[in-house]
Amino acid sequence: MPIGVVVFPGSNCDHDVAHVLSAVCGADVRMLWHRSHDLEGADALVLPGGFSYGDYLRAGAMAKVSPIMAEVARFAREGRPVVGICNGFQVLVEAGILPGALVRNRDLRFICRDVTLRVEQTDSPCTSGYSRGQVVRFPIAHADGNYQADADTLKRLEDEAKVAFRYCASDGTSASSRDDAHNPNGSANAIAGIFGEHRNTLGLMPHPERCAEEILGNADGRPFFEGLVAALAGVA
Amino acid sequence: MTGEPEVTAALAEAHGLTAEEYERAVKIVGRTPTYTELGIFSVMWSEHCSYKSSRIHLGRLPTEGPQVVQGPGENAGAVDIGDGLCAVFKMESHNHPSFIEPFQGAATGVGGILRDVFTMGARPIALLDSLRFGPLTRPRNRYLLSQVVAGIAHYGNCMGVPTVGGEVYFADIYNKNNLVNAFCVGLAESARLFKGVAKGVGNPVMYVGAKTGRDGIHGATMASEEFGADEEKRPTVQVGDPFTEKLLMEACLELMAGDHIEGIQDMGAAGLTSSSCEMASRAGTGVHLDLDLVPCREEGMVPYEMMLSESQERMLLVAKPGHEDQVREIFAKWELEAVTVGVVSDDGRLKLTFRGGTVADIPVRQLADEAPKYDRPVAAPSWIEALHGLDVEALSEPADFGEVLGDLLASPTIASKSWIFEQYDHMVRTNTAVLPGSDAAVLRIKGTDRFLALSVDCNSRYCLLNPYAGAAMAVAEAARNVVASGARPLGITDCLNFGNPERPEVMWQFAMAIEGIADACKALDTPVVSGNVSFYNETMGLGIYPTPAIGMVGLIEHGRRPVTLAFKDDGDLVVVVGATHDDLGGSEYLAVWHGREQGIPPMLDLETARKANDAVLKLMDLGLVKSCHDVSEGGLAVALAECAIAGKIGVQVGLSTQGLRRDALLFGESPSRFVLTVAPANGDMLESVLAETGVPFEVVGWVRGERLQIGVDRALTIDRPVADLGEAYDTALERALEAGG
Repeated sequence: MPIGVVVFPGSNCDHDVAHVLSAVCGADVRMLWHRSHDLEGADALVLPGGFSYGDYLRAGAMAKVSPIMAEVARFAREGRPVVGICNGFQVLVEAGILPGALVRNRDLRFICRDVTLRVEQTDSPCTSGYSRGQVVRFPIAHADGNYQADADTLKRLEDEAKVAFRYCASDGTSASSRDDAHNPNGSANAIAGIFGEHRNTLGLMPHPERCAEEILGNADGRPFFEGLVAALAGVA
Repeated sequence: MTGEPEVTAALAEAHGLTAEEYERAVKIVGRTPTYTELGIFSVMWSEHCSYKSSRIHLGRLPTEGPQVVQGPGENAGAVDIGDGLCAVFKMESHNHPSFIEPFQGAATGVGGILRDVFTMGARPIALLDSLRFGPLTRPRNRYLLSQVVAGIAHYGNCMGVPTVGGEVYFADIYNKNNLVNAFCVGLAESARLFKGVAKGVGNPVMYVGAKTGRDGIHGATMASEEFGADEEKRPTVQVGDPFTEKLLMEACLELMAGDHIEGIQDMGAAGLTSSSCEMASRAGTGVHLDLDLVPCREEGMVPYEMMLSESQERMLLVAKPGHEDQVREIFAKWELEAVTVGVVSDDGRLKLTFRGGTVADIPVRQLADEAPKYDRPVAAPSWIEALHGLDVEALSEPADFGEVLGDLLASPTIASKSWIFEQYDHMVRTNTAVLPGSDAAVLRIKGTDRFLALSVDCNSRYCLLNPYAGAAMAVAEAARNVVASGARPLGITDCLNFGNPERPEVMWQFAMAIEGIADACKALDTPVVSGNVSFYNETMGLGIYPTPAIGMVGLIEHGRRPVTLAFKDDGDLVVVVGATHDDLGGSEYLAVWHGREQGIPPMLDLETARKANDAVLKLMDLGLVKSCHDVSEGGLAVALAECAIAGKIGVQVGLSTQGLRRDALLFGESPSRFVLTVAPANGDMLESVLAETGVPFEVVGWVRGERLQIGVDRALTIDRPVADLGEAYDTALERALEAGG
């Protein structure tokens, strides 16, 4: 059950995701160079964080035209698992695989710190290892993570239960507005992660790969990857 | 070469060469140098590149030890960390550019130090910074801090190298000369370190990375002069492109995983000039370059500009014969140029041709190794006695010690730096086991059961008052910080920031500081493996405090886990290791509460320092220590508060003055002290182990409740809710930055 990690020029969480998938979860990982059209038999794809193309022009705007993105889009349309983390989420949004946009943080600064999230849905590979409403602590590290979409899109995301993770207080209370202290970047509806059309695609700004080992003081992100690996094993 | 200005003694002087230096250059080339040659001599013999004022002193630093894999002289130093791995590290200043253009100055400082580390074949795993600014009450300083932090974040975050720690101090003296020192640590296999050598006559010399532009010409020379009143130096600052450097790093590391090159060097200060000269000089060879082949960003660039440009994100390498195609292929994958621009020769000369003519022909050894060396006059400053003469007894003791504690915790030098480090990606690469804000940053080494602990320290007020003691204390504090996290100190890099070396009192400060570093490094067994000297941190005759920043690398072994400063559990016993003396001189308390930067700084006894470190490490080996924190600025009261704030839990301690003033007991900064906690059940064992070491210690209280309560001589002297202290500590920097902003 190989999992492909897509590497763009400027990706910098590619090694981290690969480390968690292979060393922690025992998965077979293929690093997929952005210029390739070959997914090397991967059964799931992860687009990692970083600064693809230096985030020049706009985060994710250049990476979306990399040759491999045609294959990523096809793979997603086939209903197979595609996960975008941080810059990977930005790329999926720019490519139109996920709706909405990620704009500059409310306070205009890069933010790197732990935040608390509520797991909103558990019927997808990466969220199946959590219970619904569970509060987890993941780090964020971004300057452009402020999720915005038009009113219709937001309504559809909510109505169709496509919000995967939401920023919240440590007791699970939702951030009430974009200015709430528990909403780190000003995202609409405190959205931290969303599903695409068929829940096979998932994008999120927080970094589960940075909190998947006890030795780093937090393993809340481990079920995220274990869930993905287990789902692929189930398919086989 | 037609069109080049005529070289005269006056032009040489305008290039910063003295009359004697110019004469020496004429003698070396055996004729009037060409314009390009003059440019080359001026940068190679600048203070920044030649270390002409510092070299005779630097030789006193200890650089050897069984742990040293690579000492000074290469792009970075390295120490052994077991399993055939080494930590490769160096710290460098980017002070002058960061005052003129703080964002790009700081960004390219980070870019430069990263290149120094990955040039060695090491993957950078951590960055730290040592910063100095004037007080945040001035708008200009708020601007400088915000932009320096943004610049560091811009570069480090994009590179995917975590910025895991550092230090920031504020003092008036840095108003016109802020300091930006960047410290980078990488990991490599000891057997696969790469060096900056032009080995193998006939081998191709290749230029890789970004194109050469007109930016940064004379940057090295600028860094070797004082600032005047209103000079426009902006064009000498380089502009960084971290994305290109990320590609360059990945390409270089991929290249170095194979067997394609003989040597490689970063084009940093003095760009193509210093890289080609130094590589040839180290290997005892020559280098011939055809400048028509140098990739240029702008039309019409002339040899002088190409050789002096400090455009970023470039490297020079010497490929193995027949491996040029592989080099080109790897760089093409990363969308970078790799161009053969010359060849290694056996004539020991740097020979440059352009449009069919020879524009420079200089013997490399004389240029690189036989640069001028000065034994500059040294004299203790006359004002130092006056600074020492502080009558502590004449200072009134505060009425409310709790208020003093609150003010100290909110002093920007002591306050939490979270506003800064939250703008840095400090977790990428998933190794950061102890986040910024503890004594040392701790990174796990994947594939082993070990951790690296990193710290950077310097109390420049101490160095002003006593450069020998201050510099020794910088080493000792850096060591204590890594010890507090559970690590054995292994080695240091130093970044020596001073004023104008042509002034005897500055040279005296420098010479004394070198002695202090040397003695402390010998006593603590931490050789100096790399470093950097930055002179001329001076504006209109006013020099900075001597600021020898020390970057320390330590190793946590034997399967032990790192220890943090945060108090852990209610009931844990609080122990102070080390003795408290009457050490108010030069303290943060005197500066913040009494407005005095005066007195005799604490006297560090190196034997005591070593013993205290060993005792704490012994306790760590036995698994007895639940939290540990070094006592430094703000003294015991601030150290206790920091542990309580980090642990979000209260503490009750009782201290006795035993002849000391209460402010000296609470806020004095006696070195070689730790605050640590132990589970009550292990208290007896801890006491007997410590008693055996002979290091003084006292069990002063326990972790309890939600308040910080300190009794002195059985009278409750400080009693504050930890949450309130935490609020003051956590928000002070942001409040200072927003004030009037």
